[in-house]
Amino acid sequence: MMDLLNILMSESFWAASLRIATPLIFGVLGALICERAGVLNLGIEGIFVVGAMCGWMAVWLGAGLWGGVLVAALAGAFFGLLHAILTVPLGLSQHVSGLGITLFATSVSYFTYRTALPNVSSPPRIEPFQPLDLPILSDLPFLGPVLFQQTALTWLAIAMVGLVWYVLNRTALGVAIQAVGDNPDSVDAQGLSVYGLRIGAIVAGSALMALGGAFLTMSAFDAFFFGMVNGRGWVCIALVIFASWRPGKALLGALLFGAFDALQVRLQTEMGALVPGQVFLMAPYILSIIALVIAARSADYPRALLQPWFKGQR
Amino acid sequence: MIRIEPRANRSRAMDLGIPVLSAVIALAFAAIPLLAAGANPITAYGEMVKGVFGSVFAVSEMLTRATPLIFTGLAAALAFRAKLWNIGAEGQLYLGAMAAVAVGAGWLDLPGLLLVPLIVILGASAGAAGMAVPTYLKSRFGADEVVTTLLLNFIILIFLQMMLEGPLKDPMGLGWPQSAPILDQGMLPPLMERMRVHSGLILALVLAGVAQFMLARSVWGFRLRAVGENAAAARHAGINVKRSLFGVAIISGGLAGLAGVSEVAGLKGYLTADLSPGFGYTGIVVAMLAGLSPVGVVIAALFIASVFVGADSMSRAMGVSSFLADLVVSMSLLCVLVGGFIARYRIIRSGTGRAAS
Repeated sequence: MMDLLNILMSESFWAASLRIATPLIFGVLGALICERAGVLNLGIEGIFVVGAMCGWMAVWLGAGLWGGVLVAALAGAFFGLLHAILTVPLGLSQHVSGLGITLFATSVSYFTYRTALPNVSSPPRIEPFQPLDLPILSDLPFLGPVLFQQTALTWLAIAMVGLVWYVLNRTALGVAIQAVGDNPDSVDAQGLSVYGLRIGAIVAGSALMALGGAFLTMSAFDAFFFGMVNGRGWVCIALVIFASWRPGKALLGALLFGAFDALQVRLQTEMGALVPGQVFLMAPYILSIIALVIAARSADYPRALLQPWFKGQR
Repeated sequence: MIRIEPRANRSRAMDLGIPVLSAVIALAFAAIPLLAAGANPITAYGEMVKGVFGSVFAVSEMLTRATPLIFTGLAAALAFRAKLWNIGAEGQLYLGAMAAVAVGAGWLDLPGLLLVPLIVILGASAGAAGMAVPTYLKSRFGADEVVTTLLLNFIILIFLQMMLEGPLKDPMGLGWPQSAPILDQGMLPPLMERMRVHSGLILALVLAGVAQFMLARSVWGFRLRAVGENAAAARHAGINVKRSLFGVAIISGGLAGLAGVSEVAGLKGYLTADLSPGFGYTGIVVAMLAGLSPVGVVIAALFIASVFVGADSMSRAMGVSSFLADLVVSMSLLCVLVGGFIARYRIIRSGTGRAAS
């Protein structure tokens, strides 16, 4: 019990929680934007892989770190556009199209990586984002090490929470995006383009998802590995429901998940002799399912989610 | 202006032709990555064909590869027919495989006539249980089965590693995380001398036939299709939707479990954590290419297996990454999706001076 308290009081634990939460913040925000516009994007897992691979490769080829972030976002946007074309004007099954995008994006990334680097035993490394060591602020007790030694991408993720909240709730565009996910007919009646809004939301959301992947190769680690995304995208899909499609609760959900994951790693080292390590590895996924089960009953799904809409056809 | 309208009558030729065309287009698209990798596409396609049909052994390898894909393809096709999104075949496959080695690797020294059916039944039951859980969470709590089955795949894979380092670990395995081998009499017998193709293929083909018949001719099949096409209307017509979903969940999970049984008791003999290179996920592609028809699943599985075996052999001959096969598989899924759209709808251009009638 004392040990648990020590862990929860330690700066490194909370710093790790925020670090683990960062890719999930990007992913949940991205998925949230797509779903608010009425389209489920199961391409998220593959878009994470694309973001991780493209961002890393751009830096490796000399584009610079922010150049890599841009390339990752553009690559994510491209696969988002593909999903958008299939699901919005063509109105195809969002489930199957999303899974197709995940398979396609993953295999494109793996093939490209293998073709560019045919015979490497250990993956080449890049110089990743460094913690932003701010003078004075970094020396604050507790908060300093937790907040002010994160990399720039973590700050970008937190800023995105505010930006997405502002756009969705305080701008005409945001109101239109939410309306198109609830009642596309009314949006059409107002003379706005249902297709345009939905496609735009999916492309923007997918670009954000790719940043989550880019964080993995450019900040959390410094190289690309096969299988490194490891279900993070699917966790985001569960977290969106837990967050009832609200950016603030999405941040909270991602942080809770991050804290839980950081905790299981520490408990694993403390209690490794008593319980097999895999029990702890399983815990975050089980937690996601439990969160989903609790939230599902009261979930207030965007009313037109999963429903294709065709112009001139009611 | 462009308008989209459903076709009044869908042609049978289109239903059959579109999957074939999608597969061909996906293979043609593969020329782009081949060129990018610096390979001559014509030579590469030649190597692929040779790798699949060049010898009896090559064909038998293709059939070996198709066997688990028929099981997982059927698992996805039946569930999707009822609009139950079972994306968890990968995990259910491993549950089946774990049950197979748990009972078959020396724990019970029964004669083959008893042991083989026991392994098959327990493996299928384990897979079925793996799908029963998310289906229960769906009907009881409304938890989306897409997310729960996807997350369960990861949970089951970690559980598998725990078992392979713990209770299921082979004491003679030199420390490797692998199970003890299934007893000789518990193995599914091979079909040909010195080939790897085994009687799991026969089981898969029989089950595909049974599924086709049941879907088209039985009350069960009628209910399942009714639930999938319009759950509200089915409920109104007095069909117990929850029970129907549960029934198809059990069958779908069981089929995925059999894929694991067939791989471990038909092919490998012992269980490792890399038994399946994503057969569960590929099964979804197989089912979609098949238009969710059980007989179609067999044909689609043969095609996808050919792509994998052909790409493997081409990869060895020409040094192009074998991830090419995954590319072709995922592209055929996207192509068949678009093809399905063309089969269902027609695009009408109006206001271009010509009345669209």
